[in-house]
Amino acid sequence: MAHAYTPGLKVAEFSDIEKLRRLPLLGEVLVNLKDRVSATQLVARTELPGKVYPMNVAGELGLNKADELPQFMLKKEGESVKKGDLIALKKGFFGLFKSEFYSPVDGTLDQISKLSGQVVFSELPIPVEINAYVEGNIDQVIDKEGVVVKTQGVHIQGILGLGGEKYGEIKMAVSSSNQLVDIADIKPEYKGKIIICGSRITSEALNKAKEIGVIGVVVGGFDYQDIRNILGNDLGVAITGHENIGLTLILTEGFGTIPMADRTFKLMTKYEGKMASINGATQIRAGVMRPEIIIVHNEKPDESGSKNYAESGIEPGDLIRVIRSPYFGKIGKVKSLPSELHKVESGTWVRVLIAEIDGNDVLIPRANIEVLEK
Amino acid sequence: MSKEVTTIIATDCGSTTTKAILIEKVGDEYRQLVRGEAPTTVEAPFEDVTRGVLNAIMELEELATQYYARDEMKSSKYYNKPRKFVEKGQILRPKRDNNGVEEGCDIYISTSSAGGGLQMMVFGVVKAMTAESAQRAALGAGAIVMDTLSINDGRLPHEKIERIRSLRPDMILIAGETDSAKPKHVISMSELVKSARPTPRLGIGFQLPVIYAGNKRAQNEILEILNDSTALSIVDNLRPELERENLRPASDKIHDLFMEHVMQQAPGYDKLMTWTDAPIMPTPGAVGLIIQKIGERDDINVVGVDIGGATTDVFSVFKLEAQDGTKVQKFNRTVSANLGMSYSISNVLLEAGIDNIMRWVPFETDEHELRNRIGNKMIRPTTIPQTKEDLDIEQAICREALRLSFIQHKDFAVGLKGVQQQKGIAEAFDDASSSDTIVKMRDLNLIVGSGGVLSHAPLRSQSAHMMLDAFLPEGITNLAVDSIFMMPQLGVLSDVDRPGCAQAATEVFDKDCLIHLAATICPVGLAKEGKDVVRVKADLPNGTKLDQWFKANEVIRFDFERGIEVDFEIEPAKGFDVGAGKNKKVVTKLSGGVVGLIIDTRGRPFNFSKDFKGRVEMLDKWNISKTYVPKSNKDGV
Repeated sequence: MAHAYTPGLKVAEFSDIEKLRRLPLLGEVLVNLKDRVSATQLVARTELPGKVYPMNVAGELGLNKADELPQFMLKKEGESVKKGDLIALKKGFFGLFKSEFYSPVDGTLDQISKLSGQVVFSELPIPVEINAYVEGNIDQVIDKEGVVVKTQGVHIQGILGLGGEKYGEIKMAVSSSNQLVDIADIKPEYKGKIIICGSRITSEALNKAKEIGVIGVVVGGFDYQDIRNILGNDLGVAITGHENIGLTLILTEGFGTIPMADRTFKLMTKYEGKMASINGATQIRAGVMRPEIIIVHNEKPDESGSKNYAESGIEPGDLIRVIRSPYFGKIGKVKSLPSELHKVESGTWVRVLIAEIDGNDVLIPRANIEVLEK
Repeated sequence: MSKEVTTIIATDCGSTTTKAILIEKVGDEYRQLVRGEAPTTVEAPFEDVTRGVLNAIMELEELATQYYARDEMKSSKYYNKPRKFVEKGQILRPKRDNNGVEEGCDIYISTSSAGGGLQMMVFGVVKAMTAESAQRAALGAGAIVMDTLSINDGRLPHEKIERIRSLRPDMILIAGETDSAKPKHVISMSELVKSARPTPRLGIGFQLPVIYAGNKRAQNEILEILNDSTALSIVDNLRPELERENLRPASDKIHDLFMEHVMQQAPGYDKLMTWTDAPIMPTPGAVGLIIQKIGERDDINVVGVDIGGATTDVFSVFKLEAQDGTKVQKFNRTVSANLGMSYSISNVLLEAGIDNIMRWVPFETDEHELRNRIGNKMIRPTTIPQTKEDLDIEQAICREALRLSFIQHKDFAVGLKGVQQQKGIAEAFDDASSSDTIVKMRDLNLIVGSGGVLSHAPLRSQSAHMMLDAFLPEGITNLAVDSIFMMPQLGVLSDVDRPGCAQAATEVFDKDCLIHLAATICPVGLAKEGKDVVRVKADLPNGTKLDQWFKANEVIRFDFERGIEVDFEIEPAKGFDVGAGKNKKVVTKLSGGVVGLIIDTRGRPFNFSKDFKGRVEMLDKWNISKTYVPKSNKDGV
């Protein structure tokens, strides 16, 4: 049997979802195993060390050798200090010509180095708090590090995103998946919402969305060149998620004007008004991370007739979408999967499938399609 | 003694595609029979590299069954019988007899580059000196250098610490001060690192690897400062004297950690390790082995390149004269971590600039559209060009990725003893190191290309042309390509200690892997339109008698098969050099390849026409594929 597997992005109406919520440094877990948590509820907390200020105190005191420093220190390592506190003093002859050093910050004296003569101060720690991100149950508690939240619901992966985690209400900004969203389509009532657009959003519209306080934009396509307008630089390697652009942008299909996949659009329409957790973080490398949209619910849909493509591969009759020119974005039905190599227009010999697209049978490299899960 | 190995399955798990080959003993010789490939499955839903391996091997089953169903295979025990290599999600190994049908393979081996980049921060004392040396060491080892910090980089200490914390590098390299200096700055920099209390990007349970390659007099102090809070490695100073760089110890240490890092990140790698009959070798390591073997066996200077989805690896083997006058071969390897044809394709656009890409595109295209196409390849990395336009764009990007990677390689491969470099005091302040490179183009005998875009170009002439444009060979140089991208697998096979494996690696390499493309003659000098550049005299095996002057700005191809050596007289025009020095004639024997003989009179360097129409006319005139008729109708398969 001809066997083909093509990775597709997840577009599931009902899926088991697990989210690891982990602190960047060890800290305190605020919830217990099996607790029900809301998306915005804090689950763990820690403190990041504050800004660090290494100061050449030996130099300031005019010491000849760095290892003389400890004898002139008035504070010890680990002691708290206030800005302006006298922390080192070298008395001169008969109290004259004394040298002093005062703390530059409110915080802690971290380190006294007799190797370099430096004293390291750090500002007060910065609290870091992590919320649950999705509504669900605490399935695992990792001591001092975080938790695993387990839930169920819609789980959609986008192709590329910018910006981090957001939580808000889904709002349709278009009535059709192939509609372009321009500046006039962005309305004040979208403030605080995650808006669902069609085939593309212009950079002017995106900027307006940002201005009025839209927290997330989910759209089929976006112009690659427009990324520079919002980031201030080109995107070389697709490792995103930390951009501070005011909102989170998720592309479901790719660069250019591409209608949002029908299934994604229908799910968004069905769940309009519901709360969603979104994250634009993307890493297109091994251990790939794609942006995501999660809408928690517990109504399991009828999945009879659905198929696990990961196990069986593609077969005649399956619905596919083409992800490269010349049929980029078209939906088709697989008619056959010939096992021998075929030559395509570029002259390349590849494994292909024959699909019916717009009433015609066309030859497409198997690598250039993705399966549309039923 | 163990039984002779007759059926070998080998895979290479690339960052985009997993390639599988079947090698079998047919009669008395080993041959590579069929190849299969499948997308590498590090993405959801599998997140398990072994699934891609099984999918690629299942393709082998189908294609091998078809192979043995042909009439000419009637004498084989496998004739008209289904070949089976996979059962219940496992590779069948060793072979078994299933009612008279032999199933499975004798050994399974694999290489892997599935993973990603290593993200590093480097520290040096002076920005233009040790910091730059440290950066070169990191780049040469394949790292992505996220930031380079130095004492004089204009940032305040707390800003540097914030930077370490926010970037969360996978590794830090600290260098600085010569070995004769009184330790000072390297100590305060190490204290800075300690104060940042950095945690690795992946896994907060691990300590961050820090490599110290600075002033050796400070090693004890560095140990005292960093040993408890980081996973510290101390290696030799990468700038022991102001005039000398010694990058190799630091680079090797980074490279070791890079490989571990890549492997650890690839999901399913642990499972794959239990399947293979030999340790999984990193793809660049395996390709490097093969390139070294070519250089040693044929006693030539070789440059090899493997252009992948995420990275481009460049290898070189050059003969150098040792201090005692003997010739030694020096091997160098660089990994350009963010230059590749899928995951890193947008970064090629960023680094090369749109104009440099567009200059190779032989049709009018909207820049906006071009950027979208490149972006879409990045986010859907496993797709392949179906249209001629898409192919032209990918081949344009390939030229730039190769060009930039080769520049990085030349910058890295410097010095009398490989990576060591002698510089005058004045030169030490000058960062133009490529002039010191040991990669001397006029001494280069062979360039070998590997990787999907070169190995699978629809026409071999396209592969030759991409390599010619990207590497700009000088004088007389041969071009070759890894036929179907199997050098990594053969590299690891050559190292397997089982009866038949070394023989299989050598035979398959000679008969099926290395395809000699062309002999190239590329005079060096400034080519002026309409002027003579070189006169070539030779009687080619197909009856063509060459005895003519070639004018400037042409790329001309002649059929000239490999196998018969032909006497050539190559006389440069005044001011040109074909390898023996300016204006000096070269009399030599040459052998061609499947593409033939290429005479490139564009000069070095050469310039493009500034207007679009002129540029397209130039590209058309230089297009050697127009006259190329492949011997096989599946030339690049």
